Amino acid sequence: MKSRRLSLGQRLTLAIPYLWIAAFFLAPMLLIAKISLSNSVLARPPYEPRFLPSDTLGDIWAKIQTLTFANYRALVGDSLYFDAYVSSLFIAGVSTLATLLVAYPFALAMARSPRKWRPFLIGMAAAPFWTSFLIRVYAWIALLRDEGLINNALMALGLIRAPLEMFATTGAVVVGIVYSYLPFMLLPIYAALEGQDASLREAAEDLGASPWQVFLRITLPLSRDGVIAGALLVFIPAVGEFVIPELLGGSDTLMIGRTLWNDFFANHDWPAASAAAIALVSILLAPLLLWERARLREEERRG
Amino acid sequence: MSNIFRIGVLIAGFVFLYAPIAILAAMSFNASRLVSVWGGFSTKWYAALLENEPLIESTKISLAAAVLSAVIATFLGLLAAVALARFGAFRSRMLFFGAVHAPLVLPEVVLGLALLSCFVALGIGRGFATLVIGHVTLTMCFTTVALLSALRSCDLALEEAAMDLGATPLQAFALVALPQIAPAMASAFLLAFTLSLDDLVIASFATGPGATTLPMRIFSQVRLGVSPQINAISTLLLGLVALALGGSALVMQAGKRRGL
Repeated sequence: MKSRRLSLGQRLTLAIPYLWIAAFFLAPMLLIAKISLSNSVLARPPYEPRFLPSDTLGDIWAKIQTLTFANYRALVGDSLYFDAYVSSLFIAGVSTLATLLVAYPFALAMARSPRKWRPFLIGMAAAPFWTSFLIRVYAWIALLRDEGLINNALMALGLIRAPLEMFATTGAVVVGIVYSYLPFMLLPIYAALEGQDASLREAAEDLGASPWQVFLRITLPLSRDGVIAGALLVFIPAVGEFVIPELLGGSDTLMIGRTLWNDFFANHDWPAASAAAIALVSILLAPLLLWERARLREEERRG
Repeated sequence: MSNIFRIGVLIAGFVFLYAPIAILAAMSFNASRLVSVWGGFSTKWYAALLENEPLIESTKISLAAAVLSAVIATFLGLLAAVALARFGAFRSRMLFFGAVHAPLVLPEVVLGLALLSCFVALGIGRGFATLVIGHVTLTMCFTTVALLSALRSCDLALEEAAMDLGATPLQAFALVALPQIAPAMASAFLLAFTLSLDDLVIASFATGPGATTLPMRIFSQVRLGVSPQINAISTLLLGLVALALGGSALVMQAGKRRGL
């Protein structure tokens, strides 16, 4: 596409959101990229080197030479950070899979419901997404604690003698993520299933396919884009999640969002935290690019 | 999918989604302090809320920040959506598009860290203003996405017809396109409002000691354990969001009835 010049009014319209994004998103991101290259001393901000408007080219070059990759090397060397990354990716992966297993039948049941019921069902399923995330996670504490409702109910029924250890475990974090992010997985899968042509399934049945075969060879493959979109919408925020592991996880549940938060607020090691943040974003770029590719493919398909 | 199986799955799904919320709301009326014991119906935890000064102060700050940041985010989102939907392929469109959408997928901890570093480097004191800045930055990508899809589904021919009849582009937009996307504007505002009201992570980084938000206060108490007062305030918040949701559904329906 050939780019064109904009009129004055158009440029003004564009300038306002652009300036906001530049000032409060792009500049801060560049700043933490720079801080991540500063020396990790227990200093107070601002971190050296500082670039000033009065700097000559020589000054800038001299300052650039003081930048260091030590924080990134420390990330690789520091087993705490490395373990936090690995454990975050693992927890996010398991949670994404669990969310998919819960969401797919649910979405399928909604998509196969009578047409007039579908807007109501999808509204009901999406509504919790609008209610406070913090409160929804908090609600699980009352369910999962040793003296919580699940343990009490199981003990009252005589199924268990001692309370199951559910709260403050990695499993609780997974349950929290599945619960909180379910709508993100549900909606794209529902959209993909709802748009499917029923005559394809009927044709397969006419040709003698069992219901299971119809599902595996028609329904599932045709909903692939919805599954990919949903998986990424769950996986990406789950990797950087802070609230859920903080409230439901135990002290041994290691996740990068939590580690980052502690480094920043408790240890005040801004350069190390910045380097960890930049590394986290870089790790998340890979699934994002995959997502973008899937999205473009879908746009092409829809024309 | 057989009918019985389908209905079973639906019931199981909705129980999973709503049971924890319903239990929380029920617990807020429990006279007993213990989760596991039902001590009779009571509204005493709600009464206790009314005397909890810090909590009321935080609620006011949260509501004010949510309204203000939703107004700004809706306005900025509208401008950004207009630029992306109507200006064709201008230079730096890709950068603009990417920058507008990036906060959607960035972990909030990273955005919060970046904002705080920026405020400190510029010597900006943290408080209510920086809280609003943080929330606008977080929510404007959501309002942009919502308004962009609304603008794309508008009939461009109507605006072109208005311009053929002598309207300036601004007039054509304000008189033809804007009424069409009014319901989307309302839902974008509500989305930004609830996101701001709900946000813990950005607020913790962006705000100062004078402006503690409600989620921050809830969070610091939740860490100490389940408390009936928090159940009560949570139930109130859920009710508020339910009202906002119902309101937006009504707005949408009214828009549909008018044929928009």
